[in-house]
Amino acid sequence: MDLQTITYAFVGATFALYIGIAFWARAATTGDFYVAGKGIHPVANGMATAADWMSAASFISMAGLIAFNGYGASVFLMGWTGGYVLLALLLAPYLRKFGKFTVPEFIGERFYSRTARVVAVICLILASITYVIGQMKGIGVAFSRFLETDYDTGLYIGMGIVFIYSVMGGMKGITYTQIAQYCVLIFAYTVPAIFISLNITGNPVPQLGILSTMADGSTYMMDKLNLVVSELGFNEYTTQVLGSKLNMFAYTLTLMIGTAGLPHVIIRFFTVPKVRDARATAGWALVFIAILYTTAPAVGSMARLNLMNTIQTGPVGEATANIEYDKRPQWFKNWEATGLLKFEDKNGDGRIQYYNDKNKDFAAKAESYGWKGNEMVKVDRDIMVLANPEIANLPNWVIALVVAGGLAAALSTAAGLLLAIASSISHDLLKGMFKPNISERDELMAGRIAMAGAIALAGYFGLHPPDFAAGTVAIAFGLAASSIFPALMMGIFNKGVNRTGAVAGMVTGIGITMLYVFQHKGIMFIPGTSFLGGMSPNWFFGISPNAFGCIGALANFAVAIGVSKMTTPPPEHIQHLVEDIRIPAGSKAAVEH
Amino acid sequence: MNNNIGYWKENLRLVAILLSIWFAVSFVFGIILVEPLNTIRVGGVGLGFWFAQQGSIYTFLALIFVYAKKMNALDRKYNVHED
Repeated sequence: MDLQTITYAFVGATFALYIGIAFWARAATTGDFYVAGKGIHPVANGMATAADWMSAASFISMAGLIAFNGYGASVFLMGWTGGYVLLALLLAPYLRKFGKFTVPEFIGERFYSRTARVVAVICLILASITYVIGQMKGIGVAFSRFLETDYDTGLYIGMGIVFIYSVMGGMKGITYTQIAQYCVLIFAYTVPAIFISLNITGNPVPQLGILSTMADGSTYMMDKLNLVVSELGFNEYTTQVLGSKLNMFAYTLTLMIGTAGLPHVIIRFFTVPKVRDARATAGWALVFIAILYTTAPAVGSMARLNLMNTIQTGPVGEATANIEYDKRPQWFKNWEATGLLKFEDKNGDGRIQYYNDKNKDFAAKAESYGWKGNEMVKVDRDIMVLANPEIANLPNWVIALVVAGGLAAALSTAAGLLLAIASSISHDLLKGMFKPNISERDELMAGRIAMAGAIALAGYFGLHPPDFAAGTVAIAFGLAASSIFPALMMGIFNKGVNRTGAVAGMVTGIGITMLYVFQHKGIMFIPGTSFLGGMSPNWFFGISPNAFGCIGALANFAVAIGVSKMTTPPPEHIQHLVEDIRIPAGSKAAVEH
Repeated sequence: MNNNIGYWKENLRLVAILLSIWFAVSFVFGIILVEPLNTIRVGGVGLGFWFAQQGSIYTFLALIFVYAKKMNALDRKYNVHED
């Protein structure tokens, strides 16, 4: 069978499985729709949380960013795992004890304020929509490759599938489907990694492969990679930083606290039977996440090595050492069709020169070879994971598996996020604020309409995403980090913070972060509207917009505590509420209301 | 009430200890001190690089399970556990 047929078969079979499960476990009541009957075991819940968590950003995008940023991309690895420590130690058990459905419900009740609840809903919607934009980029990449179309067409088709998929099931359908999706995606991620690690280093464990020597024993794999990239003028893989070390620090912190502030992850901890289980669920989720995250550095580094060796087949500078364009491999042609990989024969020699022409020293040397600039004019980072097995010449079924895994990752997270958006609008805004007597039927309908709206909006922005999938998702984390995380933390750990303080803090935090992001990335990410330009010289202490959420969070804490000190302290029953959520005894199942 | 205050204090102490480790393996070993640590090699990579891309994640896992285990013991000690 040829590659295209096998790919269709794999994708078709996995989709049939998800839809079958979603149909079998269709949501019957609003309670089921949001939190799946609360009877899910920590290991199963951890696995579903992991699928929910590991989106297109983790599966499709992250290893590509690692491949091209080397050590600098460590911010994603540490940031997207370290947040679970904060979640488990600082938030999950208490939110579970509180026993409600959504994050805005907690904020509204703890800060005894409808305004606080509305502000929290708006912050959540902003963060979630930005997150879905990132997913849409990943979905567009995966579908365009799968259907062999250009990126925009892939995106439109992907939007349709996400819509059908998310509207059909609620949380319950999603929990079981997500367990299936986790299995598909982790298999799809690790199998090619094992193959490639075995090919390159002879060690089948990718986590050990990156520490090993090349299969011929000549030199360490990482030393080899450093040599290969620096010979072509690129930064040394294991030492290149992302911006500056301060930027890396801020970036990591933002992703960590953003993790602990994102609604679709937190909502999971409302679904476990006991406070004890909430602690364990965070641990199990991280076990399942860590399998992918510790494999990603191997995927990234080995993909980079294979890519460089495919194009530069011999010593740098020898005329015949660059691959001829006419002899380019099939994967190269496939990705050219999507528009995400572009070649331009600048010196007209019919061969591909791929090097860093921004490196002045090397550019001079390149000129002496007769090279007229880097000819790989576009290598979208988000294609690396999907292209990786093809670049490494792995069997067709592995390639098909990776496409199915990428789609599973993107769909599962998009569905979870859309559900969080739907519940914010239908449950928190509509039922909680404007129409308390709304029937269950109408509430579900409102939720579905909200989902459709969110998909359309995110798809529109997905046509011109502000960054690679992982970068766009990082902005969403910044928004959650600067608004929700501080409010939750202070709600639990500081009895003195009152409603005025909480509202002022959230508005300040998300306001500062959005202003900073928009001034460098464009208002609502529309290209050309960035009033300070995207360039790094204008960055505050060299901190990139993606990494700015932690500064917003600091401002949030400072403003909230300062304002609370100057205004009336919270009433006594709120102080008791806080004391009560701090101890596990007397917890009840999440109440429907 | 005193019982609950004692429980909360012990909980905060445990969280403080675990979060110092969390901070050390990621921000200190993985970012701030990465260059000096990279002079120590683990196989083909520097120790700082290893912490940033591997070691910190393994430590995070251990931290969460230690916390869950210790808290379960603490719940019983202060008799504030569920059911």
